[in-house]
Amino acid sequence: MIFSICVYAAPYSSQASYSAYQFARSLLAQGHKLHRVFFYQDGVFNATKLATPPQGEFDLYEAWQTLAKEHNIDLAVCIAAALKRGVLNKEESVRYQKEANNLADGFSLSGLGQLIDAAVDSDRLITFGS
Amino acid sequence: MKKILLVSRHAPYGSSMAKDAIDVALAAAIYDQDISILFMDDGIFQLTKEQNASEISQKNINAMLSAFPLYGVEKLYFHLSSAIQRGIKIDELALDNITALHDEEISTLLNSQDQVLSF
Amino acid sequence: MSVLHTINKSPFSFTILKSFVSVCGMNDGLLLLEDGVFGALDNAITNDEQLILKQKNIKIYALSTDVIARGIEKKISKHITLISYDDFVQLTLEHQNVHSWF
Repeated sequence: MIFSICVYAAPYSSQASYSAYQFARSLLAQGHKLHRVFFYQDGVFNATKLATPPQGEFDLYEAWQTLAKEHNIDLAVCIAAALKRGVLNKEESVRYQKEANNLADGFSLSGLGQLIDAAVDSDRLITFGS
Repeated sequence: MKKILLVSRHAPYGSSMAKDAIDVALAAAIYDQDISILFMDDGIFQLTKEQNASEISQKNINAMLSAFPLYGVEKLYFHLSSAIQRGIKIDELALDNITALHDEEISTLLNSQDQVLSF
Repeated sequence: MSVLHTINKSPFSFTILKSFVSVCGMNDGLLLLEDGVFGALDNAITNDEQLILKQKNIKIYALSTDVIARGIEKKISKHITLISYDDFVQLTLEHQNVHSWF
């Protein structure tokens, strides 16, 4: 079956993003397909490459990136939610004349259409809110 | 075309939940999907008249909701008991094309959907 | 088919579980996760609510890892089934769709 997951929560502030990650791991281990993870609201903070969790703590940022690489998953970040929270890729950083960009590898900025598309193209869409 | 239900359960302004649901509804309408929206619990507070969100540098949620039919978002529902619990009467609602649902009708609505997105 | 609901908030601080009881449909499933697992404690659901859930044939599950993490596995109500993430995935497929309450 084809799944998509929607994440509304920042890592660490709540458990939701971690739950979403565990759910993703589990469905993949069972041989299902994960079409897309869509990060919305504070969920966009999962996509920053500047975050530096202390040693010994579970690194959720790296976990998402590894998952995406291993299973070729589309990690889509709502562009409007990301821009207003300071999560930018190179292109947007240049467009808005910012000094830096911080979107981690494996993530892409995209519109809400990608969330609707995930709802349409997946058998199940599961939301993890905070 | 898929049947997608948005369930909006949070009050406006205190969090971005209400506004974010509206943005998703409009995106779904553009993509020509069969979209319905259900307001329940504190989501009922989005529907009332007399909002003046400019006081807190925001835009009126009720005005955005009133514009839904212009974008083809026409299946609007609210949970009647949620409104009654909160002392909100039907004539206090800013939308006139919204359908009241009883408890049992909520589960019928949920059951008829392909996907449910919650806010 | 029926709906799988998830709740991730404690019923002692939020009214979500009450709302769920009033609108859930016949044969729906409820998964408690994160702080929602406190809803699996014996006194989280009133006898009246328990009756309604029974009449509607609602099955209630709690995510085992979240229960154990909070040290409440010995206090879980007998009406609740503890499940793994693998079971959670399976449950989503046994229902028409998933409605998350948070």
